[in-house]
Amino acid sequence: MAFDYDQYIRGGKLPHIWCPGCTYGIVFKSILRVVDTLKLNRDDIAMVSGIGCASRLPGYVDFNTLHTTHGRALPFATGLKLAKPDKHVLVVSGDGDATAIGGNHFIHACRRNIDITVLVFNNFIYGMTGGQHSPTTPSGHLASTMPYGNVDPSFNIPELAKGAGASFVARGTAYHAAGLDKLISGAMQHKGLSVVEIINACPTTHGRRNKFKSPTDMLLWMKDTFLPAVAFDKLPPEKTAGKFPMGVLFKKEGAPEYCETYYGLVERLKKQREGRA
Amino acid sequence: MGQIKLLQGNEACAEGALYAGCTFFGGYPITPSTEVAEYLSRRLPLIGGVFIQMEDEIAAMAAVIGGSLTGCKALTATSGPGFSLKQENMGFAMLTEVPCVIVNVMRGGPSTGVPTGPGQSDIMQCRWGTHGDHPVICLTPAYVQEIFSETVRAFNLSEKYRTPVTIAIDEVIAHMRERIEIPDPGVLPLINRTKPTCPPSEYLPYDDSKGDIPPMANFFEGYRYHVTGLNHGTDGFPVNASPRIHTDELRLMRKVEANKAEIIKYEEYLLKDADVAIFAYGISGRSAKTAVEAARKEGIKAGLFRPLTIWPFPEEQIADLSGHVKGIVVPELSLGQIIFEVDRCAKGRCKLEGIYRVDGDPINPAQILAKVKEVM
Repeated sequence: MAFDYDQYIRGGKLPHIWCPGCTYGIVFKSILRVVDTLKLNRDDIAMVSGIGCASRLPGYVDFNTLHTTHGRALPFATGLKLAKPDKHVLVVSGDGDATAIGGNHFIHACRRNIDITVLVFNNFIYGMTGGQHSPTTPSGHLASTMPYGNVDPSFNIPELAKGAGASFVARGTAYHAAGLDKLISGAMQHKGLSVVEIINACPTTHGRRNKFKSPTDMLLWMKDTFLPAVAFDKLPPEKTAGKFPMGVLFKKEGAPEYCETYYGLVERLKKQREGRA
Repeated sequence: MGQIKLLQGNEACAEGALYAGCTFFGGYPITPSTEVAEYLSRRLPLIGGVFIQMEDEIAAMAAVIGGSLTGCKALTATSGPGFSLKQENMGFAMLTEVPCVIVNVMRGGPSTGVPTGPGQSDIMQCRWGTHGDHPVICLTPAYVQEIFSETVRAFNLSEKYRTPVTIAIDEVIAHMRERIEIPDPGVLPLINRTKPTCPPSEYLPYDDSKGDIPPMANFFEGYRYHVTGLNHGTDGFPVNASPRIHTDELRLMRKVEANKAEIIKYEEYLLKDADVAIFAYGISGRSAKTAVEAARKEGIKAGLFRPLTIWPFPEEQIADLSGHVKGIVVPELSLGQIIFEVDRCAKGRCKLEGIYRVDGDPINPAQILAKVKEVM
């Protein structure tokens, strides 16, 4: 029997705002399958976002949903999680939202290793505003604000997350949808800050400016460019040029989680006071 | 009998927050407000509340809104530059109607300005800081005891009207130590946000059919609703180019406008027979009170109007006052901001003189007395 997505989608809120050929719908469905598989109570889930195409996703799902200001999803989510540490907090964000305007919040959420899952929808561009270059736009690519080709170097999001202290870091793509379920599921089950970079396609504002003739070409590019990390690691350096690893790229079990540390302190202080009394 | 303490204004603010039931503080270090954070970093973990120092001012404001959405009474404290940074998220809380309290300990500005000196030049920012039309409640206590009680009132107003409330104090009273009495629990009334009583399936988070302040569900309590900074319908979901935007923004303004009688608070000192009135708040209000007493000793009938609520502005009171006095003197630690509000309400019915000072020192009573004599 086909999976019933409607059970998690708010009545009357579709169609979504995404363009034809956009791959966000693939990720959207993957998230819903994972929530169902993990048998999470939807009352216990908060989905938080900032501004951008990806950030419109929370409006469609039947959870506690919070659509905040540009780049600030993580500090809002930190407030929710720290006040209610037993709840599931999921952040959806784009490459610009998470790593440009929200870059400071991103690295500090990673540093705290607070138990939040961050899904970064990386489509290499500011889509909603019409295709300006973002911190992940590949070098040389055309963008509405890089008419002669992008001169800005780009971030490697998993490396950034790992360096900042995230304890679960993964990368998947919209093309490898089945694998995406496993990565999002792994991230949501991990205790600590988990980041999944999800490679997406924006045919409207990125693809058509950069020699992708159709949305399919962008999916095929994902297929050819992203290799399972195990296979990627075995390749000689000359064969990895232009390729990237995907899968769980880094995982550290047992790293102190922020809420546990904070409420551990609260408990310790309580015991000290009781001891004195 | 409450507890008698010797406290600094910032500490009294923290005590007021705890008295009001604050269980969430998100902050960022900045002079001259940092003691609010330091005090709560000691106290909140002891009661199981949340204290978090965020990576920046913007994040602190965001975390506070997140904490409030789960049902916590939440506070942040900052000063000029930090207050500027918080403005966008304060606007978010206004539009999404999430209660929270923001303390702005005013110093000299613009830019880094005079971090260790007092100022009152953020007062228009307290009114108009965030973009767009928006309702504002801003309180201006002048004594350490008043900082305590006005902080309690700020939480009450915030919870009642579902809107952020700013407490604007200045560096002098934030750092001044005075004897205060902290009342026993239950002495000062506390207000908590109204929660929905309908089943979740019928909950409309911005339903205005039963009044201007819709009940607020906390996250994770079974009411799965959507909160967005986009203009939204009664169900909380975005609307675009709709007459609903106009009527809903009017409702947000009306929450404050229609309740001004309850929100506006002020002290009148020897005003009844006054020939000259002084309009002043915060530390300038204290200097003004001394000036009034000095003037009276010389036989000059001076009086003081000291607002404890600066926004919404006490328009009717100032209009009325301007018809009864020869002149109004407005001392403020800026180059002239709040005087324009007084002018707007006085409408030329009396003389109006400002005293402006931005050199890092407060305005002293002698300066005010001299101006009072000029106006006579």
